Amino acid sequence: MPNDAPRPKPYLVNRELERVVITGLGAVTPLGNTIEETWANVLAGKSGIGPITKFDATNYASRVAGEVRGFNPDEWMNPREAALADPFLHFTVAASTMALRDSGLLTDPTRGETTGVCIGTAVGGAGVLVGQNHSLMMKGPRVVSPLTVPFSICDMGSGYVSIQHKLYGPNHCIVSACASGASAIGESMHMIQRGSVRAMVAGAADSSVLPIHIAAFSAARALTTHNDDPEKASRPFDLKRNGFVMSEGAAVVVLESLSSAMERGATIYAELVGYGSCSDAHHITAPDSSGRGALRAMREAIEMAGIRPEEVGYVNAHATSTPLGDKVEVIAMKQMFGDHLPQIPVSSTKSMTGHMVGAAGSIEAIFGILALRDNHLPPTINQEFPDPECDIDTIPNVSRKKEIEYALSNSFGFGGHNVSLLFRKWTGE
Amino acid sequence: MADQLTPEDVLLGVREVSADVLRVPLEKVEPTSRFIEDLDVDSLYVVQLAIALEDRFSITVPEDEAQTVKTVQEMADLVSSKLSA
Repeated sequence: MPNDAPRPKPYLVNRELERVVITGLGAVTPLGNTIEETWANVLAGKSGIGPITKFDATNYASRVAGEVRGFNPDEWMNPREAALADPFLHFTVAASTMALRDSGLLTDPTRGETTGVCIGTAVGGAGVLVGQNHSLMMKGPRVVSPLTVPFSICDMGSGYVSIQHKLYGPNHCIVSACASGASAIGESMHMIQRGSVRAMVAGAADSSVLPIHIAAFSAARALTTHNDDPEKASRPFDLKRNGFVMSEGAAVVVLESLSSAMERGATIYAELVGYGSCSDAHHITAPDSSGRGALRAMREAIEMAGIRPEEVGYVNAHATSTPLGDKVEVIAMKQMFGDHLPQIPVSSTKSMTGHMVGAAGSIEAIFGILALRDNHLPPTINQEFPDPECDIDTIPNVSRKKEIEYALSNSFGFGGHNVSLLFRKWTGE
Repeated sequence: MADQLTPEDVLLGVREVSADVLRVPLEKVEPTSRFIEDLDVDSLYVVQLAIALEDRFSITVPEDEAQTVKTVQEMADLVSSKLSA
């Protein structure tokens, strides 16, 4: 029988894009198990790096790391599950709950149907997988836990958060190595812009201070060998940098449509106005030395926002403290900002946090957001021996008060992923 | 030796292993406690429990048998039967 009723209009056609704002923040880092503690330590120029304590690293080339300390997963998830879950999941759940609580959505009874989750990770629950594999090899298949799969797969961060807080919106995990957290925020922005969801819990988590990862990243010549003075091991842009410092943690934001945030009367931290995402298409670990990928990501973010490059008041660089990566990012910034670059403060907070792998992208986005809120720019510490090839204003060693309107955060990952996020200070409109 | 364990020893062992795996206080794990209704156990955790019991008592607890067990006492009886087998 023919149905003569008019079809509903396709809702994406001629629809005005939603503006996207940040209404909640949460983090677990080597510098603190809350946002405010982490931020205070970053502004104070403190290092979260110390000797590796999670295992005996005596025979490893790199013996320093940024470990999360004094964190009790039982406070955030069912202890029965916490006992078997990977720390990446512990950190995810804690940071996500903090961000949701901060946003006010936890007490909003209508939130569930219209909120989604996108928590990225670079390696997921590798620790659980390695541990279970060890048991398997030693004792055989009967001892392998039935929780191995759910508590090691990359998407369980997003899955667990949705289950715990009853969030029925879109749910997935983005993996783009060390850009994962930034990709998660950027792709979530698109979902809110087109109106398919009201709010997204977005970010990333990783827990890679593991024997296999320390050994493997060292074998790839990616990790520092500055073992004698851990707090000085991560030194982005400095002439004596020789590799990144592995660290761990999670950083999560609540992104929300401006209309939803206004309707709820939520506190708005900043507006996400630009997102660039592209690929080097060049090499599995090394960046394209021309800087073209990083440049394109920054340009896309700035063009999406419709601003002039020189309006960017602060860049939180990806700069991991590797000789090549930092240099290439500077090359890209010189092309992006030209003669204006000397006037644009650029810092790498990895000098203090170490490299939180997938979570680096989201914690550094948060630092950009808080820099806008507080008009206070975090420094790059361990600036002792200037590298002539990194001749930029790195906000050396001491934080700086400065009124800014736009903050850009860069994130790059193995595989050639390049992501830039651009935030605008929230001024009430 | 395992075959010298009394039924009381086995019951206490099952209660201790259950309390540890399920992260509940020992006094909450009584002989009459039902795994699903009282201790909030799903099928995944029954297997996790069986693995821990196998380790504790050096026995083999087939998964299908463990899944049919309803109470802590029944689990202790299952373990005892494997110990004397």
